[in-house]
Amino acid sequence: MKSFLKKHIFSTDHKVIGKQFLFTGLFFLLMGGLMAMIIRWQLAYPFKAIPLIGKLLFPQLKGVLAPENYNMTVTLHGTIMVFFAITPILIGAFGNFLIPLQIGARDMAFPKLNRLSFWLMIPSSLLLMASFFVKGGAAQAGWTSYPPLSSLLTPNGGQILWIASLALAGLSTIAGAVNYITTIVMLRAPGMTLFRMPLTMWGLFYTAVLNAIFVPVVAITLVLLLLDRIAGTSFFSAGPLAPSVGGQVLLYQHLFWAFGHPEVYILILPAWGIVSDLLSIFSRKPAFGYTSTVISMGIISVLSGVVWAHHMYPSGISGSLGKIFMYTTFLVSIPSSVFFLNWLGTLSKGSIRFTVPMHFCLGLIVVFALGGLTGIFNASQAIDIYIHDTYFVVGHFHFTLAASVLFGSFAAIYYWFPKMFGRLTNVFLGKLHFWLTLITLSYVFFGMFLLGTGGMMRRIADPTVYNFLKHLQPLNIKISWVAFLLGASQMLFVINFFWSLFQGKKSSNNPWQAATLEWTTSSPPPHDNFETIPTVYHGPFEYSRPDMKDKDWLAQTEKTELKKS
Amino acid sequence: MFEIKNIFPKDVSLNGHKIDELFYRTLAETGIAFLLVLGILIYFMFRYRERSGHLPLYTHGNRWPHLFLTLFLAFCVFFFIDMHLANLSSKVWDDFHAKMPTQDALQVRVLAQQYAWNIQYSGKDGQFDTPDDVITMNQLHIPVHKPIVVQLQSKDVIHSFWLPNFRLKQDVVPGMTQRIWFEATQTGEFEIACAELCGLGHYRMRGILTIQTQEEFEQWLKERGSEKKVQSKEEEW
Repeated sequence: MKSFLKKHIFSTDHKVIGKQFLFTGLFFLLMGGLMAMIIRWQLAYPFKAIPLIGKLLFPQLKGVLAPENYNMTVTLHGTIMVFFAITPILIGAFGNFLIPLQIGARDMAFPKLNRLSFWLMIPSSLLLMASFFVKGGAAQAGWTSYPPLSSLLTPNGGQILWIASLALAGLSTIAGAVNYITTIVMLRAPGMTLFRMPLTMWGLFYTAVLNAIFVPVVAITLVLLLLDRIAGTSFFSAGPLAPSVGGQVLLYQHLFWAFGHPEVYILILPAWGIVSDLLSIFSRKPAFGYTSTVISMGIISVLSGVVWAHHMYPSGISGSLGKIFMYTTFLVSIPSSVFFLNWLGTLSKGSIRFTVPMHFCLGLIVVFALGGLTGIFNASQAIDIYIHDTYFVVGHFHFTLAASVLFGSFAAIYYWFPKMFGRLTNVFLGKLHFWLTLITLSYVFFGMFLLGTGGMMRRIADPTVYNFLKHLQPLNIKISWVAFLLGASQMLFVINFFWSLFQGKKSSNNPWQAATLEWTTSSPPPHDNFETIPTVYHGPFEYSRPDMKDKDWLAQTEKTELKKS
Repeated sequence: MFEIKNIFPKDVSLNGHKIDELFYRTLAETGIAFLLVLGILIYFMFRYRERSGHLPLYTHGNRWPHLFLTLFLAFCVFFFIDMHLANLSSKVWDDFHAKMPTQDALQVRVLAQQYAWNIQYSGKDGQFDTPDDVITMNQLHIPVHKPIVVQLQSKDVIHSFWLPNFRLKQDVVPGMTQRIWFEATQTGEFEIACAELCGLGHYRMRGILTIQTQEEFEQWLKERGSEKKVQSKEEEW
């Protein structure tokens, strides 16, 4: 018992903490996915009893979803996916597991703070789950939680618990950000200059910086929202229902999106970094344009802080302000194009190995191209008059988040599974999982562009109320059934993951023949990572150099006489 | 240009087609970009798949020609697609929002609440909040070929006044008085929807927009004005 406590509950080993984030993140990915299935059932068959689990979840109406329950499901689906699935998986799990290993350190700069960072997620998760059972039910004002709906809707104890839950999750993220930044800046092994770090590290570094700056913004915003709810203040209340004067409803949106927009880049930057590395490893070629990719990701990070009001075009802000934000938003396309083209440059004239992680990387290129290009529609202030708050937006952010970020996460999981658990995953199941996910997801979310173009609004429990939407209902039904298939396909991943955990073929140190530092040590690594702290002699992309003889790669710790080209 | 199965709701407005055209142009340009990327990717996956005898090209892609090519392509996308579309968008936005029609417009007030649209006409005297005002619930009647100025306010939370057939949407924010305008080009019955989550009844916050000839409209207004302020039975959500 004592050793269990020491090994798991109180462990400060970044690899243990990383795995804890991974398991909780995957659990919530499943929960969030289940909620998506409920949403899709309701949209296809409004107010029909949900099969299998309906009577269990919604007994009062015999399995039928009441409108407020629909709003709760939509709200919690978004909240869980953003804060309890993707953040813990990409940032919590891979940030923690990889940073010390890839830079050649024995652990994080602040191991105990790291421990606290995961501990905070436990009460955070419990508060969120408890929110379904309090008076007034769970939060139901969307993951964006706009007041006055979120501040004045009563009773709604769940909204208060939602705020408390996110406050703790935010604290966990800030603690993690402090750790990641300090570790990357201070604990790199000898010879590991910043520009010899894998791009995964750069992605996580920028993410940590953005987290450190912007999570406090949302924390303060939520405190003000909480005060509006429980203390009779009117920071964000105005009009007939406001308890007092002086409030500005749109202030919340400015504050929320000032965090909210960087947040979406926070979620995707690690995936971009990971893909940039993996494309190189599985093309057996250096990452094309490493320096310009690093600079581009940095510029995007900076720009992410000055585009927020493109979420507010029809809110009543002045047209001129909207135009300024339209132009800053379009600016992001320059650095985005640069690192995207660099991906193609990496593949060009390479020797492509179609491993399971590589499938997901290539898939990410496709879905991110689609998601990113549809961003152009949303960025347009005029087009947004029409598509704002329609399913066009939902399609856009699902292609960039649910598709791209998720593919990045899957690529990372399949790729680092041998390092984390010492075993290989099943290749056939992995490829099947990829293809089923790619095809179903493409249908579902592309279908949403059509729904949005048809004018279907977001967050409505029954589209058939409206005549102008009735002709879209067959499409809604098809999307839902393909979405059920998408959900079911994830079981392939679950089976593969757990089967491989116990029965997978044992892995060598370096099954992928990769050059980064984590592959120089055992799979899984010993408690203090390396026998001796490595010395680094060059960047992480020395693949297929013409002077290589017996193998086509050079680990970062291997000396070489010739200069790189 | 490309008419995709009439996916858009029927356009009965003066300015709506401008958004449709901008949308189609954006679709064409981004569509071509996407197909290009997809084509290149599929070609690369085939041409550069690992096989014996084919060695990768060892380059870090950070020499001047590489950087120049990447930046050149990025700037091309930025100037020819993004900036071009941004400038067109600015113009369309101005057509929708920059100027309120000065004379001859019909003024209507809409007060949004959970979960209905309260619609107020000034009546014969042309003054709002006088005894001859006509107030309806969810029934917006307007004359065709005449600019309509709608003042939007909220009684409680944020709503959004959405006229799909006019391509026009405006958030209704408590504490703010917003104004929009539009003009119908044909008669008929269409819908008003709420486009901002406003509570459990958000999904059924539906109104009816009836576009009539000037005579029909004045007739309707007169009939409504002569009714006592009692909700008639045929009013429904």
